[in-house]
Amino acid sequence: MMRWLLLLLAVLALVQPASAQDRMPPAPYAYTQLQDPALEAQARELMHTLRCLKCQSQSIADSDAPMAGDMRHQVRARIAAGQSPDEVRAWLISRYGDYVSYDPQVSATTWPLFVLPIVLLLLAGTILLRRLGKRAADDAA
Amino acid sequence: MIAEIGLAALWLAAALAVLQLLAGFLGVRDENSALVALVRPAAVLQAGLCAVSFGALVYAFAVTDLSVKLVATHSHSMKPMAFKLSGAWANHEGSMLLWITVMALAGGLIALIEHRLPKRMMMATLGAQACVAVGFYLFILLSSNPFERLSPVPADGNGLNPLLQDMGVSFHPPTLYIGYVGLSVAFSFAVGALLTRNVTPEFARAMRPWVLASWIFLTIGIAAGSYWAYYELGWGGWWFWDPVENASLMPWLAATALLHSASVLAARDALRTWTIMLGVIAFSMSMLGTFLVRSGILTSVHAFAVDPERGSFILVLLALYIGGALVLFALRANTIAEGERFALLSREGALVVNNVALSAILAIVLLGTLYPLLTEAFDVRVSVGPPYFNPVSAIFFLPMLAILAVGPMLRWRRDSFERIRLPVIIIAVVTLAMFALVLVLSDIGLLPLLGLATAAGVAIASFMPLRGRNLLRTPLPVWGMCVAHFGVAVALFGVAADTAFQQERLVAASPGDVIEVGPWEATMMSVSPVAGPNWTAMQGDLLVSYDGGPMREAHPQARSFWAPQGETSEVALLTRWNGQLYVALGNMAEDGRWQLRLWWKPFVTYIWYGGLLIAFGGMLALLGRVIGDVRRRSAEVRDEERRIEEAELAAS
Repeated sequence: MMRWLLLLLAVLALVQPASAQDRMPPAPYAYTQLQDPALEAQARELMHTLRCLKCQSQSIADSDAPMAGDMRHQVRARIAAGQSPDEVRAWLISRYGDYVSYDPQVSATTWPLFVLPIVLLLLAGTILLRRLGKRAADDAA
Repeated sequence: MIAEIGLAALWLAAALAVLQLLAGFLGVRDENSALVALVRPAAVLQAGLCAVSFGALVYAFAVTDLSVKLVATHSHSMKPMAFKLSGAWANHEGSMLLWITVMALAGGLIALIEHRLPKRMMMATLGAQACVAVGFYLFILLSSNPFERLSPVPADGNGLNPLLQDMGVSFHPPTLYIGYVGLSVAFSFAVGALLTRNVTPEFARAMRPWVLASWIFLTIGIAAGSYWAYYELGWGGWWFWDPVENASLMPWLAATALLHSASVLAARDALRTWTIMLGVIAFSMSMLGTFLVRSGILTSVHAFAVDPERGSFILVLLALYIGGALVLFALRANTIAEGERFALLSREGALVVNNVALSAILAIVLLGTLYPLLTEAFDVRVSVGPPYFNPVSAIFFLPMLAILAVGPMLRWRRDSFERIRLPVIIIAVVTLAMFALVLVLSDIGLLPLLGLATAAGVAIASFMPLRGRNLLRTPLPVWGMCVAHFGVAVALFGVAADTAFQQERLVAASPGDVIEVGPWEATMMSVSPVAGPNWTAMQGDLLVSYDGGPMREAHPQARSFWAPQGETSEVALLTRWNGQLYVALGNMAEDGRWQLRLWWKPFVTYIWYGGLLIAFGGMLALLGRVIGDVRRRSAEVRDEERRIEEAELAAS
């Protein structure tokens, strides 16, 4: 009985999907640049605006996490295959959700992010015009 | 025993804070109350007790007293002494103790040295300071006791997160906390001034050194934090618009605005309500930052909801203090008479624009930081990052820089454009020339291009206020302003240059390989194992040369810590006057080659030189103000003595 248990434990020890995945060698483009500098620049810019989903507040261009490496590989491979950065971003969003992109687009859930700065701009303008304008008028009078 | 002394001192300090609160507010109602005499001693004694308590915690960490739970969970006997000591505040409980200690020290200091203001207002100010402190004492004592004992005593501690075992972390949090909590003094002054209807230039002059000092510490703290992230995380990034960074940026923005509006109030008796409002907002941002960092809400809103004890506690404190101060402001704002008037084209006018722009940037950072948390509560996850923050804040930042260039040349109250036409033309020509030059010579993005051009303009403009002055007789605060504004230009130049011109090389290399990055040529010599006190590492040995110049060595390491386990990248930085070569060693690839990451970062160091210049400018201004105050006071004392002597002579 004891022997069976030990064997079971040994088998369990071998089957560790999470850590096994971590130990896999990184995909080729995770730590290697594209040959074409123009494409690499596109990929680089894109990677800086994609969130590493396993990290706390890091882009995939700033992370050692294996998942960030895989995503870098995906980005470089797709850019090299001729996709545009916007297409790659759209593909990643369809796969991981809006959360993966640091570049929020105007949508039903994000509109306040874009409306409020405009409101702020108008508000700032009004405050300045009223405060300073009034004073100028007062002084002139 | 030492831990118990620490805890007892903390309870006593809390009791004294309650006394200070009650006696202070009684003193506001009745200046002749017997309790009034107790307020200042209570504040001073409280500072002493907090210092004892904090000392006890540092001692427990220094000797690795594992019977204290906090030491057991965050330290390890094998750690170098410097990191044992800094481990005392590199955790939740310890950092909150540091927070309250700094707050008590600041309160003790104003009680000890601030004698210029009316007595009633001082009572209200110290009462307000105690009121905030009591909440944080309760928070520590009830939910985050740093001195909790552990039984049985473990054989050894868990150790400190390897990323935090770094000299940067030893200094970054205390500096930042002094800045954060120093703003509590501005908050208390603002509340005191509101309560006693005393919004005067004297109030602004009393508050200004405190704001200035906090702002200097915040500036250094943010710059140090950014440099730490730059070299410790191993990917060459220095600002991520991460919520934790934003939490420190927001109080800085508010303090910067407050600093400028307090100057207007002190010199010209204008912008009264606005200064009070900023005083309240600045410390509110400090508290909000503490809430964000300390509640765990950033890891996940849902994690926060599952274990909400600490988070809700701070949230309630936040609501009470910010809400209370804003209600008080709403009730009293209309009783503050409008200050002195000024024209649009005047120093005050420029400072109003500066204040509005800073506040708008603050609002944007606040929105971008809190909005994802808000939507996450409704199960919609969005990310807001650099592609949002950079352009949106630039909308306000660039006009602000234009005003920064012109404003300091203007006179108070009213000025004419004719008087400053020549310097404005010079600044505009320099800016446009730089813009055209960069546009022709290189192909870079719009924001870095604008950044380089305005940096050049602001750099010239920052010393224009010295034009026509006798440099030896120019007051220190004016020098401080020029240096700080020049620092803004230097930092902006660094940011823009690094963003636009940095070069990156990621390669798998084996010994003998030559890697080129920008003007640098690096030769990989070998990779060998090295060991430290609580880590082992693989160290790359490279010879690098800049533009065919002399060889220099670079030794990047990939470190593995064993207690607790973790890996860090110790990058090699080769600094030149015009930038840094950044070399990081990664893992070994399957074929036995090593991953190397190299960046040539032109002028990246100017970001932190700029930060330090800004802080240095602040120090010059602070020194000038303090010297001025001391001179004025000793002159008053001399006048008083002379009057007494004359009276005696007349009587004899």
